[in-house]
Amino acid sequence: MFHQPRSLADALDARAAHPSAVPVAGGTDVLVGVNFGRTRLSSVLDLTRVPELRGHDVGPDDVRVGAGVTYTDLIAALADDLPALAMAARTVGSPPIRNRGTIGGNLGSASPAGDCHPPLLAAGATVETASVRGGRSVPAREFFVGPKRNVLAPDELITAVRIPRISGPQVFTKVGPRNAMVIAVCSFALSLDPARHRVGTGMGSVGPVPLQASGAEHFLEDHLEDSSRWRSREPLGPEVVERFAELVVGTARPIDDVRGTAAYRRHALRVLARRSLVWCWDDYRGGGA
Amino acid sequence: MKVTVNGTAHDVDADAAETLLHLLRERLGLTGTKNACEQGECGSCVVLLDGTPVCSCLVLAGQADGCEVTTIEGVAGPDGQLHPVQQAFIDAGAIQCGFCTPGLVLTVVDLLGHTAAPTDDEVREALAGNLCRCTGYQQVLDAVRLAASPTSGP
Repeated sequence: MFHQPRSLADALDARAAHPSAVPVAGGTDVLVGVNFGRTRLSSVLDLTRVPELRGHDVGPDDVRVGAGVTYTDLIAALADDLPALAMAARTVGSPPIRNRGTIGGNLGSASPAGDCHPPLLAAGATVETASVRGGRSVPAREFFVGPKRNVLAPDELITAVRIPRISGPQVFTKVGPRNAMVIAVCSFALSLDPARHRVGTGMGSVGPVPLQASGAEHFLEDHLEDSSRWRSREPLGPEVVERFAELVVGTARPIDDVRGTAAYRRHALRVLARRSLVWCWDDYRGGGA
Repeated sequence: MKVTVNGTAHDVDADAAETLLHLLRERLGLTGTKNACEQGECGSCVVLLDGTPVCSCLVLAGQADGCEVTTIEGVAGPDGQLHPVQQAFIDAGAIQCGFCTPGLVLTVVDLLGHTAAPTDDEVREALAGNLCRCTGYQQVLDAVRLAASPTSGP
């Protein structure tokens, strides 16, 4: 069966009535599984015709991005408001993949390597879901529960992501064998929020789920607070950068797999964490926000 | 489902799990679109779906219901005259075995449709999802430059 609802209400009805129908948005993850015989697709819930899932709203405090917004749309429309997420979107696949793949699909697949996840974690985003029973908002850090598993109930769909706007610098960095068509060997996102005195992190492909380096965030927040650096914008000592990177790596739980060894991932993550902090702090010192 | 391919309307029955690539090749007999990696890595199956380049191996046939699809068979003029991009690929020697060519040509047609004079970086970025395993990419870049040059044209 091929269900192709034309409204969110119809999509939620179909999701509840046909729990075995696989929700498909851009198809760039699901169809790979189908083509390689890993996923049997006897019934499909096509989400590409649901108007409520498209579009975005830029509010004063946050940006609401519809689940059906593609990577291409993210790059074109939100590079100024959500620079780290837009950078992550730029690193996904190739142009034809970015033309189809969606932020909601990335969350639905819930791969530990999903490129949207680190910036969403770093920004403190929430995932909005809906079902015939109603809607709920789930913090991104609670959304992922295992490799390729999320908190969605069998009758729920992802409708949008709400991402707080951060006035300070934010980056997304990723390691892979080439500059396109790469699933992250490891990835890291960092945001500095001078308005709230908050540091946000997210990392991919270094654990069973996308992770947040809470210890590193708290360490840096305390340091910036105690040394009045949010105000003074003085350079960070190398020992602070090193300690931050060490705490990031300490939170990671990488494994050896086809894309890299755990040891290499720890090494690369340390480099990414160090660079991200230096880049963001230099940006902040340069007067950004 | 109804789908318009290269200007011709078709009314077809597709399976729920069938890809647009399968529909084009096996049901409509349009074998110019190539099937290779089946995971969106190689770009051999690129078609324009409502004017946007997509990997047809990763689009469900049903998702193209009501849409317009352009395949390599629809790029040349009705009189068989090659599209300037196709001619440029020949003139620049950008074709060897030809397997990647349909995807490359459609990608370049799209690129030049919205960016008339792309920089080399823009060309490389646009072609990042199209793999060629024989000629290399230098002649392909030459072909894009040739097709984009003001003297080129139908």
